[in-house]
Amino acid sequence: MRLLNRSAGRLSRHRRGPLAGLMLLVCGLLLTGGLYAALAPAQADTDQSQEELIKEGRELFLVGCAFCHGQNGEGVLTQSGTQYGPALTDVGAAAVDFQVGTGRMPMAQPGVQAPRKEVVYSEEESDALEAFVGSLGTGPAVPDEELYSTDDLSESEYKELVTRGSQIFLANCTACHNFEGSGGAMPRGGYAPKIRGVDPKYVYEAMLTGPQSMDTFSDGNIPPEDKKAVIAYLETLDDSPSYGGFTLGGLGPVSEGITAWLVGIGALVGFAVWIAAHTTRSSEKKDEAEA
Amino acid sequence: MSVDVSKVATTNGSEPATPTKGAQRAGTIATWADERLGLGTAMKKNIRKVFPDHWSFMLGEIALWSFVVLLLTGVFLTLWFDPSMTEVQYDGSYDPLRGVHMSSAMASTLEISFDVRGGLLMRQMHHWAAMIFIAAMMIHLLRVYFTGAFRKPRELNWVIGCLLLLLGTIEGFTGYSLPDDLLSGTGVRAADGFMKASPVIGTYMSFFLFGGEFPGDTIIPRFYAMHILLIPGLLLALIAAHMLLLVYHKHTQWPGPGRTEQNVVGYPMLPVYAAKAGGFFFIVFGMIALMGGLFSMNPVWKYGPYDPSKVTAGSQPDWYMGWPDGLLRIIPAWETHIWGVTLSWNVMIPILVMPPLMLMVLIALPFLESWITGDKREHHLLQRPRNAPTRTAIMVALMTFYGLSWAAGGNDIIAIKMHLSINQITYFLRAAVFIGPVIAFIITRRWCISLQRHDAEKLLHGYESGVLVRSPEGGYAEKHLPLPLEKAYTLTARDHDPEPEKVEQIEASGLEGRKLRVRRLRARLQALFFADNVQKPTVEELHEAQHHAEHELHELESQIAAGPNRHGPADH
Amino acid sequence: MSDAPDTHSGDHGGELALPEPIADPGLPAHTWRPTDVDPAKEKRAERQVAGLFALSALSTIAFVVAYFTLDVGDNWHVVAGFGASTMALGLTLGLALLFIGVGIIHWARKLMADHEIIEMRHPARSTDEDREAAVDALNTGLAESGIGRRPLIRNSLLGAVGLLGVPTVVMLRDLGPLPGDKLYHTIWGRGGETITRDGQQVTLPKMRISRDAIGTPILASDLEIGDLVNAQPEVLYNPERYEVDPTEVEGVHLQVHKSKASLILLRMDPRDIKPGKAKDGSSRENWSVDGIVAYSKICTHVGCPISLNERTTHHLLCPCHQSTFDLADSGKVVFGPAGRPLPQLPLEVDEEGYLVAQSDFDEPVGPSFWERDYYER
Repeated sequence: MRLLNRSAGRLSRHRRGPLAGLMLLVCGLLLTGGLYAALAPAQADTDQSQEELIKEGRELFLVGCAFCHGQNGEGVLTQSGTQYGPALTDVGAAAVDFQVGTGRMPMAQPGVQAPRKEVVYSEEESDALEAFVGSLGTGPAVPDEELYSTDDLSESEYKELVTRGSQIFLANCTACHNFEGSGGAMPRGGYAPKIRGVDPKYVYEAMLTGPQSMDTFSDGNIPPEDKKAVIAYLETLDDSPSYGGFTLGGLGPVSEGITAWLVGIGALVGFAVWIAAHTTRSSEKKDEAEA
Repeated sequence: MSVDVSKVATTNGSEPATPTKGAQRAGTIATWADERLGLGTAMKKNIRKVFPDHWSFMLGEIALWSFVVLLLTGVFLTLWFDPSMTEVQYDGSYDPLRGVHMSSAMASTLEISFDVRGGLLMRQMHHWAAMIFIAAMMIHLLRVYFTGAFRKPRELNWVIGCLLLLLGTIEGFTGYSLPDDLLSGTGVRAADGFMKASPVIGTYMSFFLFGGEFPGDTIIPRFYAMHILLIPGLLLALIAAHMLLLVYHKHTQWPGPGRTEQNVVGYPMLPVYAAKAGGFFFIVFGMIALMGGLFSMNPVWKYGPYDPSKVTAGSQPDWYMGWPDGLLRIIPAWETHIWGVTLSWNVMIPILVMPPLMLMVLIALPFLESWITGDKREHHLLQRPRNAPTRTAIMVALMTFYGLSWAAGGNDIIAIKMHLSINQITYFLRAAVFIGPVIAFIITRRWCISLQRHDAEKLLHGYESGVLVRSPEGGYAEKHLPLPLEKAYTLTARDHDPEPEKVEQIEASGLEGRKLRVRRLRARLQALFFADNVQKPTVEELHEAQHHAEHELHELESQIAAGPNRHGPADH
Repeated sequence: MSDAPDTHSGDHGGELALPEPIADPGLPAHTWRPTDVDPAKEKRAERQVAGLFALSALSTIAFVVAYFTLDVGDNWHVVAGFGASTMALGLTLGLALLFIGVGIIHWARKLMADHEIIEMRHPARSTDEDREAAVDALNTGLAESGIGRRPLIRNSLLGAVGLLGVPTVVMLRDLGPLPGDKLYHTIWGRGGETITRDGQQVTLPKMRISRDAIGTPILASDLEIGDLVNAQPEVLYNPERYEVDPTEVEGVHLQVHKSKASLILLRMDPRDIKPGKAKDGSSRENWSVDGIVAYSKICTHVGCPISLNERTTHHLLCPCHQSTFDLADSGKVVFGPAGRPLPQLPLEVDEEGYLVAQSDFDEPVGPSFWERDYYER
């Protein structure tokens, strides 16, 4: 790709924020913990049959999901023929992991879009649901960590990936999610959510499964390595300092205009009022004869 | 017209002009300069020139000083900025874009931002100053309009001010486009669409401006020349003319004791006014520096270089272009295909018709008003907005239209921040831009008139003292006290509105044809313009009211003295 | 001053001025400030002003220190997640300026003499004598020039000077080339073209569709229902295959091509597609491949690239002015200011299974222009 034939080989001594080390440590710990959680029960489960997990998932599904999505995940239509809850037969386990893991499902009330909120199901329950929905038909499985994790890359590999990711991000993602990943408006009350500070796994799953009304970016559309590049770029955005000060929500010229009026003009008019205001007066007379 | 030659001889004499003994150096220089420039005459008049003091008179100063900041920061930026669209591979410090192809303009903008110490600060200050420059011009314009300061002899200065607003906007747009990042390129792309929508010559305009097909490689050098040479030159010239006329006319002032149409009361240029204006320059400069350091502005590195296939959510122009952009968003899909040609009303109305129309309406306002009212006198005393209800209402209606269009320009941000649907917002605003200004006009007019009525009440019956008195019968009344003389005078220091011409009179006057129709129209507009205004009381009304009030007060007081609440205020 | 005659009501169309209800009481007497009458307070104000100036000087020194100690470039110093240099320089410069400003204002408000003084105004107009003298001078000058008596000279001069406007306009001709038919074609037309190479007629392969930014061509089987691809013609990444000189797809040429050829590729359930009519009246039935449709990415309103698609409704929204197009229904406008549907690119697959364009768009892409319908290809 011509955008990326880099001639520059010099390494940056880019200094990360003071918290970056701590963050890295915390991330590492969390990942280790996550890995353990993901792998350890899996080993134990080899004895248990997968079917048991699916059965468990089905029970949870009937209680929490079937009202909208149908008893077998076939979807529910309203009387007027529109979708009440979409069919889940071919969405795959990755979709369940994303929806349940970010708290979007179960929905608190029907609406245009499911907002991100507190997670309801525990990790085990989520695993069971994933197994059940995954068993209903085709659809992507929960991605392996190596697909989205950028931890084992060398610094130069990482940087190359970030540059590549920046271009893929700008070509495919900014239109809806905005140049900083702050989100944007979609038709009829829909919105593209903020995607900064989101767990890389969920970013990957979102691209893979196209939650809500988002398009999918299947592996045939954007190859896994390029999805990782986007994730690397998003991580870089999170890690880089705000070079120019407060970002004002990262919404572009609207928030800048509001700041110019409220802070700039507001403060300067305030100063003008002070400059022209009458100073305090004394009731005393000046002793000497008036000039 | 005769030349005074009496002094030529002495200055050309053989004697040195400098006094020989013990002259101070400053004096020497002053004399030297005066003999060549004649400074004394000019300074004699102006060094103690009087400027009235009021906060609202300093709004234009904000614009002036932010313009100075723009010149200073702009010069700094030119030292590094390379206005070229030649493609280069970025090799600077910002990692995520290293290796990406971009124009030299974008690469040098990144260099200013990342590799020049204080460069990002200067870039942000320049941009904040531009936003404040135009905002300050606008609030200054509103102040001038609402107080009637545009009236004779200042109409031409009003026109110059409107042109400054236009030039400032163009200057802002060309500057916004220079970095060649994704956001500014999207703006230029839209500008290309605007040009192409122009009837007959649209495509030719676009091809000539871009030096070929969009985006070409000449638009940034061309905008740069306009941005740093042509428009700043025009701005400087017009600002100079604006200030010269201000000095010639002398500043308007608020009415009050001792302040008349014939004089101007205030502080002398030296020292107080110079100190306040000079101090304000540092304050404006300092505020802009603070904003430049604290608030991120246009982070071009996140937008990336311009690419006609890319776009970002929240693609908006800077605020001053927001209202035509809003109209572009809410205009229905009107496009006519007729006789093989295309008329894009959906572009022409919002961007090629409305902004020039708005400017023309603004420029015409003073002339329109003086034609309707028939007022051809000079005015140096300001009017309170309430004392010209129709005028105030006209501007509030225009502001409402502007504000709603402006909101439309941010409809996507409103949608996500307030959890609304952009479609609903758009439908609402399509109606609101028509209905809103009408409602605003009516409300403002009635509000002004009720404020006028309130003023008249205060004059005639005194102000509400807040002291409640209970009569022996158990009734309550509030004690009204007469206004202090200065306040009362200030309230009456305004014009009587003229009696509108009677339509019947005009019809009987023997005028015919077009002249008659014009006069009749004018008389009707005049009647509407002044309708329901409350006039200040006449001498007789005031006397009678004062008499009455004194009587009432006296009665109240005797009741207090006799009544149950003797512990009430004992004075008076 | 106080007995100044009534100034508020003047001559108003012959109407008589009404007497003022309250006579002008004149300027109120000057009152003194605490700093005028109390030397201690005066001294304190003086120290305050000097203190503010001193704070400004300290800020300036801090500015210089920050300038030389805080790194930018490859190695930004970061404080609390912010670029330390920008913030420190802005804060110190801002404070240095503000302290001077506030100090001067404080000085003016507290210590400078604050007697209001009065200056008389004069009407803006010149006096009658001056006007007369000016008119006389003007007439004398004009008479001496004889411009009124010699219409031949006057008119020929006016004509000659007027004609000078023509070069001014003519000189602008070379600002750019004439549009020609450039707006009617895109580089998609290069695929499948027959060219002459070494005296032989060669038919070029049909133009494959490539992923934007990634640059690889797309197999029809790569895409799943619900996929959206931001796409470009393959020639931009692989010019040799289409016998195009690489310099023709670089720099400004690349930008021009992208500004017209950018594509939105969408795979939907084939049953959702309502095929419309092409410009020549034929059906668009075979313009899609297994539910894959391609549309121009350039908005027909003012030309922003659009790719905000709602997978569930196939509605594509423009982020600039919110025109919404239905991609299942020939790109029809369902909302917003755009006046025309998005142009559709007819698709097929080549022998290797890659998605290719059957031909160029059958209408100009992007914003409308006056002679858009005029030119029939």
